[in-house]
Amino acid sequence: GYLGDATQGCLGGRWAYGEHAGAGGADATAQLGRKVAVVDYVEPSPRGTRWGLGGTCVNVGCIPKKLMHQAALLGGLIRDAPHYGWEVAQPVPHDWRKMAEAVQNHVKSLNWGHRVQLQDRKVKYFNIKASFVDEHTVCGVAKGGKEILLSADHIIIATGGRPRYPTHIEGALEYGITSDDIFWLKESPGKTLVVGASYVALECAGFLTGIGLDATVMIRSIPLRGFDQQMSSMVIEHMASHGTQFLRGCAPSRVRRLPDGHLQVTWEDRTTGKEDTGTFDTVLWAIGRVPDTRSLNLEKAGVDTSPDTQKILVDSREGTSVPHIYAIGDVVEGRPELTPTAIMAGRLLVQRLFGGSSDLMDYDNVPTTVFTPLEYGCVGLSEEEAVARHGQEHVEVYHAHYKPLEFTVAGRDASQCYVKMVCLREPPQLVLGLHFLGPNAGEVTQGFALGIKCGASYAQVMRTVGIHPTCSEEVVKLRISKRSGLDPTVTGC
Amino acid sequence: MRRAVLGVGRAAAWRIRAGAESGQQRQRSPPLSPVPAPPPPAFRFVSRPGPAGSESETVEQSPPQSPGPGKAGDAPNRRSGHVRGARVLSPPGRRAHLSSPGPSSSSEAREELRRRLRELIERSRVMIFSKSYCPHSTRVKELFSSLGVECNVLELDQVDDGAKIQEVLSEITNQKTVPNVFVNKVHVGGCDQTFQAYQSGLLQKLLEEESAYDYDLIIVGGGSGGLSCAKEAAILGKKVMVLDFVVPSPQGTSWGLGGTCVNVGCIPKKLMHQAALLGQALCDSRKFGWEYDQQVKHNWETMTKAIQNHISSLNWGYRLSLREKAVAYVNSYGEFVEHHKIKATNKKGQETYYTAAQFVIATGERPRYLGIQGDKEYCITSDDLFSLPYCPGKTLVVGASYVALECAGFLAGFGLDVTVMVRSILLRGFDQEMAEKVGSYMEQHGVKFLRKFIPVMIQQLEKGSPGKLKVLAKSTEGTETIEGVYNTVLLAIGRDSCTRKIGLEKIGVKINEKSGKIPVNDVEQTSVPYVYAVGDILEGRPELTPVAIQSGKLLARRLFGASLEKCDYINVPTTVFTPLEYGCCGLAEEKAIEVYKKENLEIYHTLFWPLEWTVAGRENNTCYAKIICNKLDHDRVIGFHILGPNAGEVTQGFAAAMKCGLTKQLLDDTIGIHPTCGEVGNRRF
Repeated sequence: GYLGDATQGCLGGRWAYGEHAGAGGADATAQLGRKVAVVDYVEPSPRGTRWGLGGTCVNVGCIPKKLMHQAALLGGLIRDAPHYGWEVAQPVPHDWRKMAEAVQNHVKSLNWGHRVQLQDRKVKYFNIKASFVDEHTVCGVAKGGKEILLSADHIIIATGGRPRYPTHIEGALEYGITSDDIFWLKESPGKTLVVGASYVALECAGFLTGIGLDATVMIRSIPLRGFDQQMSSMVIEHMASHGTQFLRGCAPSRVRRLPDGHLQVTWEDRTTGKEDTGTFDTVLWAIGRVPDTRSLNLEKAGVDTSPDTQKILVDSREGTSVPHIYAIGDVVEGRPELTPTAIMAGRLLVQRLFGGSSDLMDYDNVPTTVFTPLEYGCVGLSEEEAVARHGQEHVEVYHAHYKPLEFTVAGRDASQCYVKMVCLREPPQLVLGLHFLGPNAGEVTQGFALGIKCGASYAQVMRTVGIHPTCSEEVVKLRISKRSGLDPTVTGC
Repeated sequence: MRRAVLGVGRAAAWRIRAGAESGQQRQRSPPLSPVPAPPPPAFRFVSRPGPAGSESETVEQSPPQSPGPGKAGDAPNRRSGHVRGARVLSPPGRRAHLSSPGPSSSSEAREELRRRLRELIERSRVMIFSKSYCPHSTRVKELFSSLGVECNVLELDQVDDGAKIQEVLSEITNQKTVPNVFVNKVHVGGCDQTFQAYQSGLLQKLLEEESAYDYDLIIVGGGSGGLSCAKEAAILGKKVMVLDFVVPSPQGTSWGLGGTCVNVGCIPKKLMHQAALLGQALCDSRKFGWEYDQQVKHNWETMTKAIQNHISSLNWGYRLSLREKAVAYVNSYGEFVEHHKIKATNKKGQETYYTAAQFVIATGERPRYLGIQGDKEYCITSDDLFSLPYCPGKTLVVGASYVALECAGFLAGFGLDVTVMVRSILLRGFDQEMAEKVGSYMEQHGVKFLRKFIPVMIQQLEKGSPGKLKVLAKSTEGTETIEGVYNTVLLAIGRDSCTRKIGLEKIGVKINEKSGKIPVNDVEQTSVPYVYAVGDILEGRPELTPVAIQSGKLLARRLFGASLEKCDYINVPTTVFTPLEYGCCGLAEEKAIEVYKKENLEIYHTLFWPLEWTVAGRENNTCYAKIICNKLDHDRVIGFHILGPNAGEVTQGFAAAMKCGLTKQLLDDTIGIHPTCGEVGNRRF
């Protein structure tokens, strides 16, 4: 077998090395001459879907979902177009195959790009499924049965997570798919039941509806747990008014394939206790993700995991229970499961290990955006969390409903376009959180996340002159507090 | 500064704000009979802990605040409760003592009397409630006559209801004695207080404040700045008038209330830009699986009608909101005729004169013409384009301002043949690297550029909608001339301030003779103290709607509220809505080098490829972002520039962050949102 002697090893393509190797001062390998190997292997999904280098984000996460979200948004723009003078005969049909092919081709080009970047930086890449032999050595079997042993001074575990299957439900594993599969389907999923209330569930249901498919979301309890609940209920409200169906308070009990090939799903309405059924072409499970730690033989290296979540326990330096083994990304207990967080954590870790830096990753005020049909961007605390931490009396929430200018001519409904800023009540009213529901929420939220990082106060944000006419200017125009009880509907220019 | 003056010299002065204090009055009164609600008292009561008539105690007062709803029609300028009230609570040491105007058997008669008194006080420059035999009253009367000031005197001992009047006066002022002196609606107090005010100079100040004006504030110009100032002043209880009149363009275009932004600026241009973006989206959508193969045509009339409908609704909204706030709106052309007096001429040529204590000039700007043969006759400007009843066809855009490039951009987006004629540089004042990139993207997307040429003559070849125009242009560098035939020639070579025909010379408001702009100090005050200016006509200030809105609002709050906050013109962000949008905040690279020197700057930049562009097959290495950092100040970000989709949405938050002192380090520490264009700053620099 091959015996590597890399000074640093990486397990899992989730840690997209190329992403941060280009960032200023971070390419420890190139600059510091370290010998690095990346070991990545994608276990095919139960449906048999597999993909290349780059991890979840590139292959079965952010990238394909944002592209399919964009396809759905374009559908909305096509409907807007006649209002703006474009003579397009409606309705315009959508071809899944064409979209999927385009998206998949882009993802493949990214896989290729990652490989090239690793090569350029002289990072050895092994497409093998590896597990620990001891605390300095991992082992895997290459195609053709050749066993490869790799040893390294430092090992970073970045194996990420995979969608959870509700294996206790009859037919779930057999007939259901997950986000690992949806983006790689060659044929349209047709009428789809999405089970779950995670952002993955809502995003998928959102774009499926947007490209003209019949999509239903089954939610057992609350949607977007962990997010601001007022905002998440508005997200649902918007989706419901734009064609996505919701089965609230329901839990599936079994999935069967009918003779005609359709899937019959049986569920229980938990409020009435009654059983109900429906037929679908596709059932998509989006009920959460499990960390990919079980096959790593972590016990051989002595790396501790959480008994509840199986996620790896780390300290603030991303160090595991074994001094030279680190973990970053979704596989780590208590971290936000976000690509940019993983990238930055990886970059900072490498800078600490080889660049003489002592900068720690700051996991506070991480901005994120849910790409539902009406996008929801947020940074900092939810209103509930702010109240829990500081007390109702010490929290001031400024909010506004607004109408994006582009919605006017298009005759779109803006009932759910809404922004709120959660602040401390005492001057200078530090901003604790920002929540933005509307078009381009991601673009809007990013800069304000910077502001919050700079310790923005309400007064400072209000002193910022708006950019007219944009949606983001609504943030710097927030004048109505919830406490005042005044109508937060923005009128006029 | 009025507030400070009031606190000085222990003068028992209180400025009367008709209706404005009613909310507080209500809140603190004992329960009253619900219907009909008693009208709010016109005056605030001032506590006098000492014996009545004593002149030695401190006057306590609270600033105007949290006004509440009052009886409709009672006081014209009133607003409903507002969150801002929380911010202007009484400063420590000042307490308002309010009486309870509880109902009584003769309450209606009392209200009537109160109303009469208020009228008397409001209409008199000096109002003295006196008793003919009172020596103190005589002293006060003598003081005013020695100052040559005419007084309105009511001898309470010589009228039938003198005793009642004194009672009501005591309710209003908490002063039971005579003389009871008001100057320009301000309650000065009794004899000693009047003399104290005289000695401290307060009296003279109060006398200077003419109250005999029709309005507290007249605003000339109903655009973004003027309207925001008007609304805010009205909210603060002032009697406000807005004069707005759109002189039709040479092509005959005119519009409604709201000024440039709403009618012929930001709003229609962003909507037409959106229409053009939709054209691009239609192309993209095929790549994303949407299927239609017909050649999609654009219908100018459909779009324009929809946009104009939206604008009409905005015009209507503005009128409604002025009415709600009891701001008098007059659709007439305002022109100063003498100090504090303005002539308003309506469409029919009828003239009316209005006076006001203070004025705000917010007349904005209008597009400039070339001054060559045929330009006013045949060319259009942005004043005309957005409501043009026909598609402009093959268009020559003259100019390289952002207006020129934005218009050229969306016209090309509709599939029209567009040429931009540029005298020298693109987007003067903006970062030139960015400006050139904006231009080259447009060029790649079908807009033709004729650089270093200026038109010298426009001839009409054919009439029509559109017609045909021949443009003769000459090189700015040599003798070369060129000729071109276009359906439409759109001039976008700059804008001129509307300051030369509004009688400013009559009252001595200085303008920059060359530019026509009005120089103001940091509180937007012109060379004439009672005249202020906001918006595009200000010298050296950004010509942007949100800036005008902000400065108009803050001006009103300083003039009539308790605020001292000045408009902050630093790091004002803006966005140019060219086909590829360009957002920026802070300094252009050239300017940064000029101010800080090249060696003290670190400039980070990157090209980027928006995710949505990949599948759409749009070009890579086109979108671009850069930040300029000052190495001498912790790598503080002093300039932010981004060229890409949704640049406006991206830039806004960066501007807020720059307000909070953004540094490169903080930028590095902030996590990006993936996958967005906004994350470019966090991932790529």
